[in-house]
Amino acid sequence: MKIAFNLLLALTLAPWVALADSGNKYGGENRGKPLQPAKASARWQEECAGCHIAYAPGLLPAASWRKVMASLDKHFGADASLSEAENEDITAFLVNNASNRWSAKSAPLRITESAWFKAKHGAREIAPGVWKRPAIKSPANCQACHAGAAKADFNERRIKIPE
Amino acid sequence: MEKSLVALALILSPPAFAAENPVLESYRGAAKQESPAFKDFSAARGQMFYHAKSGELSCASCHTESPKAEGKHAVTGKEILPLAPSANAGRFGDPAKVEKWFKRNCNEVLKRACTAQEKGDFMSYVLSVK
Repeated sequence: MKIAFNLLLALTLAPWVALADSGNKYGGENRGKPLQPAKASARWQEECAGCHIAYAPGLLPAASWRKVMASLDKHFGADASLSEAENEDITAFLVNNASNRWSAKSAPLRITESAWFKAKHGAREIAPGVWKRPAIKSPANCQACHAGAAKADFNERRIKIPE
Repeated sequence: MEKSLVALALILSPPAFAAENPVLESYRGAAKQESPAFKDFSAARGQMFYHAKSGELSCASCHTESPKAEGKHAVTGKEILPLAPSANAGRFGDPAKVEKWFKRNCNEVLKRACTAQEKGDFMSYVLSVK
C-alpha cells in the first residue's frame, strides 16, 4: 500500500518536477535552447553586428524582440533604424528563433534584465566592481568574458574574466 | 597646338572632388532640388562639418580625427572601419547604406536630418582624403 502510494505520488508530481526544470526555471524567464540556429540570418548578422555583437535570438523571448525591433529609432540611446524590408526580415529571424523556454509574460528590452541572466551573474559570483573594469565596462559587453559570444558560445568552461 | 594643349590639360587635371561617385551625384541632384541657390559641394565645408561639435558629439567622436583611421563606437566600443575609401574601398558605394547611416548619425549627432548640401559636403571631404 505504501509503495503504491509513493508510486502514485511520484506519478502525480513528475510533470511538476519536469516543469520546474524547464518551463518554470528562473520564474519562467529562461533563455532558449539552442540559443542560435545553426544557419543564422546574414542580414541579422550584418545589421546588428554593425554596432555590437549580434546577440543570439534565444537570449530573449519573441515579445522582447518585437519590442526591440519596433523601437530601433530609439535603441538604447542610439538611432539604429532600418528600412522596412530589413526590419521585417530581421524581426522574423529573431521571433522564429526566440527563447523556447520562456514561459513568463514578461518581455524585457534588455537581456541583462532577464531572470536567467541575473541568476547567472549574481553579486556572489561577480563582484559589482568587476563590471566597471575598463576591459568590461558594461554587462552588455558579453564578449569581454565570453570570447565566443558573437557565435552564441557562453560555455562556462570558456569564461575568462579580464583583470 | 593651343587647342590640343587645352585638351591635354583637361585630361590631366584631377577630377573635382571625385565627382564620379554616383552617390555623391545623386546628392547633387537632391541639393539642387533643396535649394535653387545651390552651387556646389565643398570639401572644405565638409571638413568643418566633420569636426564641428553639436553638444558632446561630432562625426570625429566615433570616426576619429582622420577619416582614414579606424574608429570605435562611443558606447559599445566596437571597432568602426575607416570611412575614407582611400583606406577602406567599400565605402560610399551602396546608396541605401550611405543614406541609412546619414539618417542614424545625423539624428544622433545633430538631433535632426542632414540636408543634401551637408551630406554632399561631408562626402566630398571624406572622398578627398588620400
